[in-house]
Amino acid sequence: MNPNPPENRGLTAIDGAMALIVILLIVQIWLLSATLESYLAGHREAAIPGAIISAILFAACLALYRFVDRIDSDVRQDIK
Amino acid sequence: MSWFCKPSSVPLWRDEFPVFTAGERYVSRRQFTKFLTLTSFGMLVGNLWILAQSWSRRAPAWPRLRVAEADEIAVGGVKTFSYPTAADPCILVRTGADSYVAYSQKCTHLSCAVYYEKARNRFECPCHQGFFSIADGSVLQGPPRRALPRVALERAGGQLIAIRVEAENA
Ligand code: FES
Repeated sequence: MNPNPPENRGLTAIDGAMALIVILLIVQIWLLSATLESYLAGHREAAIPGAIISAILFAACLALYRFVDRIDSDVRQDIK
Repeated sequence: MSWFCKPSSVPLWRDEFPVFTAGERYVSRRQFTKFLTLTSFGMLVGNLWILAQSWSRRAPAWPRLRVAEADEIAVGGVKTFSYPTAADPCILVRTGADSYVAYSQKCTHLSCAVYYEKARNRFECPCHQGFFSIADGSVLQGPPRRALPRVALERAGGQLIAIRVEAENA
């Protein structure tokens, strides 16, 4: 018996990437609320690092999405 | 949009509505991942908005406002006033023969009006028992996390003039 049939190929990698995106998103939500809190408290110096880190997190999410999209389209090409 | 998704040779409808059950697992995961990525973009937009706001906001020009006559209030007495606008209630306390302090009267927790508790020499917020120091407005107890904004006073003859608000966010 094949433990990993072709229609399941890449699912673990996709799930892993999804879990990573969820973690990054939680960090990004926390970052946004922390930056907003700090801005409302008058600490404007937090806005620049907040925006830079948020951009990095978004870039990581985008890269993971592209990874998922690539596996997904490759696998579905094969099972078509 | 090839930088966002890999270009596909199949029509879009087939990409989004797979014929085989096996394909469904991938589509639902891809769509969920796309949703998460767009949410992440929303968070980035939020951070950029805060950045734009913090750049565009300038230091306000504070008006000079006559608050009270210096001997109008007894030692330990209180007078309320509004500064810098009518929507900003403030509280002035005469703490000694020649010393006065003034703070915003809005609690930094949920904006209830604080009052001066003479017996304990501190400001108290009746809503959730938030207490503030009379010396510098810092939080002594309760849910507020920020100090009361302080109103800077100037003595001009026998008059007390409010000249600016020295808040963390001023
Ligand atoms: S509003 Fe003052 S403690 Fe909550």
